[in-house]
Amino acid sequence: MTVERIEKIFLGLTAAMLLVFLGALFYSAFGMGMHLPDREGEILPSEVRNTPPFDDPGVREVGDNQYEVVLIGAAWSFTPREIRVPAGAEVTFIATTTDVIHGVHIEGTRLNFMLIPGQISKVTSTFREPGEHLMICHEYCGAGHHLMYGRVIVE
Amino acid sequence: MKNPTVASPEGFQLPDSQRRVIRWMIYLAFGALFIGIINGLGQALNYARVDILQYFPGMRNYYQGLTVHGVVNAIVFTFAFANGFLALTTSRALARPLNTPLLWAVLGTMVAGTLLAGYAMATGQASVLYTFYPPLLAHWSFYVGLALLVVSTWLTAILLFGALRGWRKENEGKRIPLMAFISVATYAMWTLASLGIAISVVGLLIPWSLGLIAHSDPLLSRTLFWYSGHPIVYFWLLPAYVSWYVMVPRQAGGTLFSDPLTRVVFIMFLLLSIPTGFHHQYTDPGISGGMKALHGVLTFGVFFPSMVTAFSVMYALEIGGRRRGGTGLANWFLKLDWKNPALVAQILAMLTFTLGGITGLINASYNLNQAIHNTAWVPGHFHMTVGSAVTMSFMGIAFWLIPYLNRQELVGRGLALVSQWVYFFGVLVMARGLISGGLDGMPRRTEMLEAPYSKPSWELAGMLTGLGGTLMFVGGMLFFAVLIATVLFGKKTDTPEDIPFTDTHQPPATTGWEVKLDSFRYWLIAAIVLILIAYGPFLAQYLPGNFTSTGYRFF
Ligand code: HEM
Ligand SMILES: [Cu+2]
Ligand SMILES: [Cu+2]
Repeated sequence: MTVERIEKIFLGLTAAMLLVFLGALFYSAFGMGMHLPDREGEILPSEVRNTPPFDDPGVREVGDNQYEVVLIGAAWSFTPREIRVPAGAEVTFIATTTDVIHGVHIEGTRLNFMLIPGQISKVTSTFREPGEHLMICHEYCGAGHHLMYGRVIVE
Repeated sequence: MKNPTVASPEGFQLPDSQRRVIRWMIYLAFGALFIGIINGLGQALNYARVDILQYFPGMRNYYQGLTVHGVVNAIVFTFAFANGFLALTTSRALARPLNTPLLWAVLGTMVAGTLLAGYAMATGQASVLYTFYPPLLAHWSFYVGLALLVVSTWLTAILLFGALRGWRKENEGKRIPLMAFISVATYAMWTLASLGIAISVVGLLIPWSLGLIAHSDPLLSRTLFWYSGHPIVYFWLLPAYVSWYVMVPRQAGGTLFSDPLTRVVFIMFLLLSIPTGFHHQYTDPGISGGMKALHGVLTFGVFFPSMVTAFSVMYALEIGGRRRGGTGLANWFLKLDWKNPALVAQILAMLTFTLGGITGLINASYNLNQAIHNTAWVPGHFHMTVGSAVTMSFMGIAFWLIPYLNRQELVGRGLALVSQWVYFFGVLVMARGLISGGLDGMPRRTEMLEAPYSKPSWELAGMLTGLGGTLMFVGGMLFFAVLIATVLFGKKTDTPEDIPFTDTHQPPATTGWEVKLDSFRYWLIAAIVLILIAYGPFLAQYLPGNFTSTGYRFF
């Protein structure tokens, strides 16, 4: 099998491009701490509202400039519907669902994760600027899916 | 100069009885597309805040229509076309008739599967979208219908491997003709890839929908779905690649440069398509970041054969353009036969696929995925892949395939050309709308007209979506006008035509290591090893699973 010179150049450039992209991605993940959701434990969907921390959903300060948001998705609303956090604080979302799969996307941010029955989702991020963001359920969850949303207010 | 290694040099014709069965498979495919496109119009206009779905008879809500759109377009249309088309290419390349009862069985299971799933969707008992994630619970007939559609692809795989085996017995030591090799490779890949959906549907969801087991495991079923759900995009795409590699060069007056490299490309798809499914689950809980990263790297790997394809196909087109008097760096492109609708459809398909590929690489980019996951960006992306690159290729193929199967002449060549240009511009405009909206947080799978929330920037995005979708719809309907006119009024031709296939500049080696490329057995084993590496660690720590979800009918 002979491969033409021009093709070798083309494929070499393709490989180089892909490697550069991968390098940038891994730097952003492991160098800058932009992580994806990981394994955070399981939960019984029917018992969510009786299982800590989901027995007390809401926002709380857990440390110096650190906040925790305990969030529950259920057809077709979020609890809490409105989340207030200060700008510049490190915010960790701990979330799950009581029924079907839902999604959470806080538009304008990289907070974008799934709620899967039986699984606990956890993501951390910082809202740098004050402002308001829609928090949208972005996974189909039944006939009222488009009604399911909330707000994040950064103060 | 005909090279015998692409397909048998004898002008083989499939027996009439088998040609008829394949014709009905292609009709089923386009019948499904017809219904799908009508629903697509409703969805696109919904993003533009225009409600036409209320006039659709029997439509209960947006999501019922969206389920139909996904299932008939992405599953029935693509499966039926692949089953018929690659059965034909294999049989022609090997110069062997197919097994008639098996061919009928393929058609039969497809029709039965479509009717069952169609019944469940039409009666509103399966508005779970084409991804059918539990614990949303559909009527059992939906799952059984889907299972039958998958079975039809397995029967096709048996058909193709059977033909290949028969050919090998009579042609010991010879290289498999290229057109047969790449067709069979497509089915080898998909057979392995479809096991995930099959296990989930047959093993978990059907018994669950019948009440035989009480609970489902949403994460497990989702993982099994995406085990098949990424490679399925290559199952959609590879029949188009078969055409791009061995037919388009001929239609463009060019030559495929390298036979061995083409085989290597399809082998890479067989190896790398499957161990990448977690890139659809980047934002899922319950799966470790390390495994997601591994699938991310492998996904970048499977981008490679598509780049080789871009090169090879472009090269073949350039040879064609230069033979037609093209000169300079780009002038050959203008010299291509822009009056041949079969060719034009597929060139335009390649152009949208370039954009589809770039957006796909962005989707695959690990944490960058969080910027666009489940936003309108995603349908923006895949209407430039399956929704146009694949669909327009299949429409382009139909421009010669229907006349070939029916021994008729194409009616309305001019209209055929117009249909493809309109669809092409339509999809670019719609994708522009969906992609810009998605970057701004506009969600997918959402009845925007009824949503209580919105953003000012979504307005233009929605309007472009509606406008582009309308153009796609018009292009699609013009295509169907050509198709129906051809079937009804196309002049009969007496001399049977052959299917168009290219010769190659660089034929396959008949000695040395390259001969080993034709051993599917080794490639399948290698693919299984990669799958075990990619999914083994997750399954080892996750099984026996978390079966705690009861079913919900929230529709
Ligand atoms: C007239 C042509 C078409 C139009 C106007 C159109 C429009 C749309 C729109 C606007 C969506 C997004 C809906 C939403 O997320 O709420 C969508 C989804 C989709 N389309 Fe199309 N489409 C067309 C043709 C096709 C074709 C030919 C295919 C595949 C062969 C296809 C496959 C899909 C799939 C798989 C989805 C995702 C469904 C889901 O999210 O469950 N579409 N389409
Ligand atoms: Cu939802
Ligand atoms: Cu994928």
